[in-house]
Amino acid sequence: MTADAPTRAAVGAAPVPHFDDPAYNTPTPLREAVVAIVTTAGLHPAGENGFRDQNDQSFRVLPADGRGLTSTHFSPNWDRTGLAADINVAFPIDRLHEMAAEGAIGSVSAVHLSFMGALDETMTTIRLDSGPAAAAVLRQAGVDIVLLTPV
Amino acid sequence: MEAEGFATVGLTLVRGQTERLQPPRALYCAFPLGRPLGGPGDPAFQRRVLDATFALLDRPAGPVLEDFPEVIDDEVDSPLACAVPPRMNRSDNPAVDEALALRAAYDRQLRASGRTMVGRQITADQVPTAVEAFTRIAGGAPLAEAGVEGEPVKTANDVRAYYEEAAMALEGHVPAARSAESWYFRKTLAGDAVRRAQRVLREGGGPNRLVAYLVPRSQLLP
Repeated sequence: MTADAPTRAAVGAAPVPHFDDPAYNTPTPLREAVVAIVTTAGLHPAGENGFRDQNDQSFRVLPADGRGLTSTHFSPNWDRTGLAADINVAFPIDRLHEMAAEGAIGSVSAVHLSFMGALDETMTTIRLDSGPAAAAVLRQAGVDIVLLTPV
Repeated sequence: MEAEGFATVGLTLVRGQTERLQPPRALYCAFPLGRPLGGPGDPAFQRRVLDATFALLDRPAGPVLEDFPEVIDDEVDSPLACAVPPRMNRSDNPAVDEALALRAAYDRQLRASGRTMVGRQITADQVPTAVEAFTRIAGGAPLAEAGVEGEPVKTANDVRAYYEEAAMALEGHVPAARSAESWYFRKTLAGDAVRRAQRVLREGGGPNRLVAYLVPRSQLLP
């Protein structure tokens, strides 16, 4: 049995929100697009306001260089050593900058966001409050495409 | 995000959940939880994952859920073969002594990576005291009298991060996912104390959040 099996089973069976007629937008061509990362790794700049408890549905703004980040994600059920060694395993900021330098993507957003996953409720606060607020931050930064990296 | 006008594309590590949630575009990666881009320190692999992810933006209609062809396995029963340094002072609580002995390795790893996951609740300086507190809970001391600093889940996660990062320095490489975790919970006195503390709280009707989050599901004692 793999170490993740009990958690995969629990998460795989957990209730998920239902969306009627979800949106599916035509993306800006990747070579012209401003790309931002939104992760659920509970990341934030070290020394700043961490995630509070197991149902903290707020988000943190991450800097474009991705340096000095740590995680205060509440759940013990995922590996942190990869993240400690290489932030790109969940926050692939260096890879995006390389892709921008090659012209594979238009540019890297000046801001990125982190929520904390493994929330144990309906995520109503995200849907009604912090989600739209996060979208406003990305819109202000001129973001076209959002890369989602749940852990 | 899509309803707000952005085009979104994501990775997923839990296929069943994504099948039911039906986000617009998702790439399932059979990788360990915590490593959605795959191998740490492997830019070429990470780039392949990203290329496959962004390729989903070309699909004309959604929802799209495709599988990344490469797989990364991890095994819970393969703890690191990492030797714990000799004790510094045998008059101390052995678990505290162990935590103190790992400080040099933790510091080396911090200097090498410039990053630590310690700091949710306590600093590295406070880890030995926290280990002692979990030893007390494991021995039957009431939670309120054990001397755990702050939120016990955060403190336990800090102790674990301290040990895992020290192990990375002792091993000299990034471990396979969860093998440092298995080493910590199964081979160290501190990890053993936290596991036993969780069992004491579980059997004694302790707070739900501690029972649920103090120890990973894969490391619970019977």
